[in-house]
Amino acid sequence: MNFETTIGLEVHVELKTNSKMFSPSPVAYGAEPNTNTNVIDFGFPGVLPSVNKGGYRLGVMVALALNAEIEKHTHFDRKNYFYPDNPKAYQLTQHEKPLGHDGWLEVEVNGEKKKIGIEELHVEEDAGKNTHHGNSSYVDLNRQGTPLVEIVSKADMHTPDEAYAYLEKLRQIVQFTGASDVKMEEGSMRVDTNISITPIGSDKLGTKVELKNLNSFNYVRMGLAYEEKRQAAILKNGGTIGQETRRFDEKTGETVLMRVKSGADDYRYFPEPDLPAFNIDPSWIKEIKDSLPEPAEERRNRYINELGIPEYDAGVLTDTKEMSDFFDETVKYDANPKLVSNWLMGEVNGYLNEKKIGLLDTKLTPEHLAKMINLISDGTISSKIAKKVFQETISNGTEPEGWVKEKGMVQESDPAVLKPMIVDVLDNNQQSIDDFKNGKDRAVGFLIGQIMKKTRGQANPKVVNKILMEELNIR
Amino acid sequence: MDYFNETIDLLHKKLADKEITAESLTKDTLQNINDKEAKLNAYVTVNDQATEDAKKVDEKGIEGRLSGIPVAIKDNILTKGVLTTASSKILSNFMPIYDATVTEKLKNAGAINVGKTNLDEFAMGSSTETSYYGTSHNAWDYTKVPGGSSGGSAAAVASGDVIAALGTDTGGSIRQPASFNGIFGIKPTYGRVSRWGVIAFASSLDQVGVMSKRVEDSAEVLTTIAGHDVHDSTSSEKEVPDYRANLNKDMHGVKIAVPKEFWHEGTDPEVLKTVDEAIETYKKLGATVEEVSLPSLKHAVEVYYVIASSEASSNLQRYDGVRYGFRAKDVKNIKELFVNSRSEGFGDEVKRRIMLGTFTLSAGAYDAYFKKAAQVRTIFINELKAVLDKYDLIAGPVTTSTAFGIGEKIDDPLAMYMNDILTIPANLAGLPAASVPAGTVNGLPVGLQLMANSFDEQAIFNAAYALQEENKFYEQIPTALKEED
Repeated sequence: MNFETTIGLEVHVELKTNSKMFSPSPVAYGAEPNTNTNVIDFGFPGVLPSVNKGGYRLGVMVALALNAEIEKHTHFDRKNYFYPDNPKAYQLTQHEKPLGHDGWLEVEVNGEKKKIGIEELHVEEDAGKNTHHGNSSYVDLNRQGTPLVEIVSKADMHTPDEAYAYLEKLRQIVQFTGASDVKMEEGSMRVDTNISITPIGSDKLGTKVELKNLNSFNYVRMGLAYEEKRQAAILKNGGTIGQETRRFDEKTGETVLMRVKSGADDYRYFPEPDLPAFNIDPSWIKEIKDSLPEPAEERRNRYINELGIPEYDAGVLTDTKEMSDFFDETVKYDANPKLVSNWLMGEVNGYLNEKKIGLLDTKLTPEHLAKMINLISDGTISSKIAKKVFQETISNGTEPEGWVKEKGMVQESDPAVLKPMIVDVLDNNQQSIDDFKNGKDRAVGFLIGQIMKKTRGQANPKVVNKILMEELNIR
Repeated sequence: MDYFNETIDLLHKKLADKEITAESLTKDTLQNINDKEAKLNAYVTVNDQATEDAKKVDEKGIEGRLSGIPVAIKDNILTKGVLTTASSKILSNFMPIYDATVTEKLKNAGAINVGKTNLDEFAMGSSTETSYYGTSHNAWDYTKVPGGSSGGSAAAVASGDVIAALGTDTGGSIRQPASFNGIFGIKPTYGRVSRWGVIAFASSLDQVGVMSKRVEDSAEVLTTIAGHDVHDSTSSEKEVPDYRANLNKDMHGVKIAVPKEFWHEGTDPEVLKTVDEAIETYKKLGATVEEVSLPSLKHAVEVYYVIASSEASSNLQRYDGVRYGFRAKDVKNIKELFVNSRSEGFGDEVKRRIMLGTFTLSAGAYDAYFKKAAQVRTIFINELKAVLDKYDLIAGPVTTSTAFGIGEKIDDPLAMYMNDILTIPANLAGLPAASVPAGTVNGLPVGLQLMANSFDEQAIFNAAYALQEENKFYEQIPTALKEED
């Protein structure tokens, strides 16, 4: 018996705002518990929400980047449930009329292109965080009210690889809008999936199983693959799949039962009476659409077609928005695009991998990188010196041009300066000249070594070589 | 010191001329309140910081017209540093860390908060009998309820404790007690006054208003507390007129509609007679009066109780014992903390409405109850709008009877709910409405209800003022108080 798999993904993305979705508290990480809060976040008696229009705008950006239709007349709804990290005991969300619907994105799996539909996107507020130590539980409401956009895919995916490709593409598209950092490891992107399988040819849908605790795209793929096998084994043995929620165990690579669902949860949704329904002005949508940053796909094509960057390299450069932005900025300072690309993909990426940090965590600026590359191109510094300059500027943010001058690292390329020094070395090393004439090439190496010593290593080797050969040939 | 012969105008002159100080006035007011509390139980908290607050006003100097004037505030309106309970055990230890916008506006105007008045628990009730702090009493007859839920504010004003008090009105909670106590009380248009810092009962219906013996004093206070608030997205940006300065008792050309459904057989004929006489007065003063029909009124109570209870069930979920308020002891886990804190912290009427509202929002019942109620509400709003397109005011009774006896209806929730049928329409449609003293029946006051178009509070103030100047009801001292003298 062969089976067909159906996968749907629900992705929560944190929107990058300064303040919360319905309160003026700041959104920031790593603060002392409950410091980024006010009476609204605490759900005090008498408080009322106010909509953060900037947060909604970011949601619209994401929806537009995913080719969704924007809902013109909408409102917020209350989703009611009790939990200590949910201070009002309801979450503000958009249940009845989500911000956007019917979007799509395109993925490529095994060389085949495929469109995956997006059912809807809606803006909502995040909950706080509970932690447990010994016999006590603690509630931190710093995260309470952080704006989220939830992106619900259509059940269009049929393999774990497709789900993986969808997530990669989704992350890239959202990241390039600038609306979110979309970092799984920091929780600014969170993934829930559901998966069902049914015998091929059957017109009945399989029972949906929900998967949670998926902390990386890889775990999503592994969890789904495990589920496919687990469910197929049950069906082959004549069993039935339970409607349940399962947790992915990172250690074993297996999924573990969390809870069996007995009917749908009743969240008693109803329109939030504290916030009037609102209209989205089409001119606002147009303004947002026009201000969307250039998407990854377009940038990639531009790098290939206009800047002559090889296809593979263009792909690496557009993998993240920060890398691509950095590249564009550096090129603006008149640096050769191909050289910039080589440096970013080589030395810069090497440095980031070694230190396990992001590009924006370093002190490197596009202006400094461009200057350094131009210093190499015009022969001011050697590529050997350039490595030192790179370490200095990426670690300490030092301006390269001034630094190489200050440290005396500028190459000496002027023949008028170099020639007398070379003549002097030759005059004092007749033996080496004789060796050269007798065909001993290593004599040249010795002579260059002597010249370099005399210039404290700052002579441009190309120029030295040229003058030396000329001088040798006339003696 | 009592306020029977006072107005804000007179008090302001005395304060401005330094005949009295804010401090002496506040001290006398607190003394008078404390003397009467044993009989009235109008307050949850008498504010012992009031004298200090008054001193500060004296030091700053008397400025505006409310400067140095003591007022009372319903105990579901937050007052920073002064206990605010909503008359519920679950908030019996709740000390606000911020002021409601209305509280702040009164403070900025120099008014002195002398006490937090009793109410039905979370404003759910028509008698103050559901208060965790016991029922308040009617100043005209201590064996009668003062009405509710703003019963404490009504009793405080009627007994001369204060010149004015704030109330809130979700389904009649200002107008019904105003009627039962022979005072004026106005619920403004939804959105006229900020709800920030007002403990929510039903968010789409709640509105803060004012109660006073004299119309002009409510006009003064409403002018002060009304206006747009960035904290309340449902508050209106419309400019606030000076209601008191604009008072005009000329009724010539004013068109009044009387809905025949308001004169139904369930209402005490003596009450209707008193209301008819008030309407006759308007005719005499030059107004035109015509009968109209509001056929959907018969559904108003059902629609109201579905919507109000649904919203309340959600609004009251935050009282879970986790962050503030009452917390049950000896709980084993989080579920027990929630369940026990709420079971022990809420009274029966609140629980009844939470259960009702939880049901009407549940997946299987939502369409048949909440959604249907919202649809009927829209129909009803359109009926009222159609009438107010042609008329300046709608007039009728406020209540179906005069104040009823304490304990008389508390075990019959449906009879209690039916009491609200005449006041609910204004809340469902968000319209401004008031109760104006019209007379007495068997020694108990009867109010006339006036409703107007959205944001036309002035029409109500003007007509109320016209009636007041005819019947001078404010000169009457409540019977029970009089008997003690």
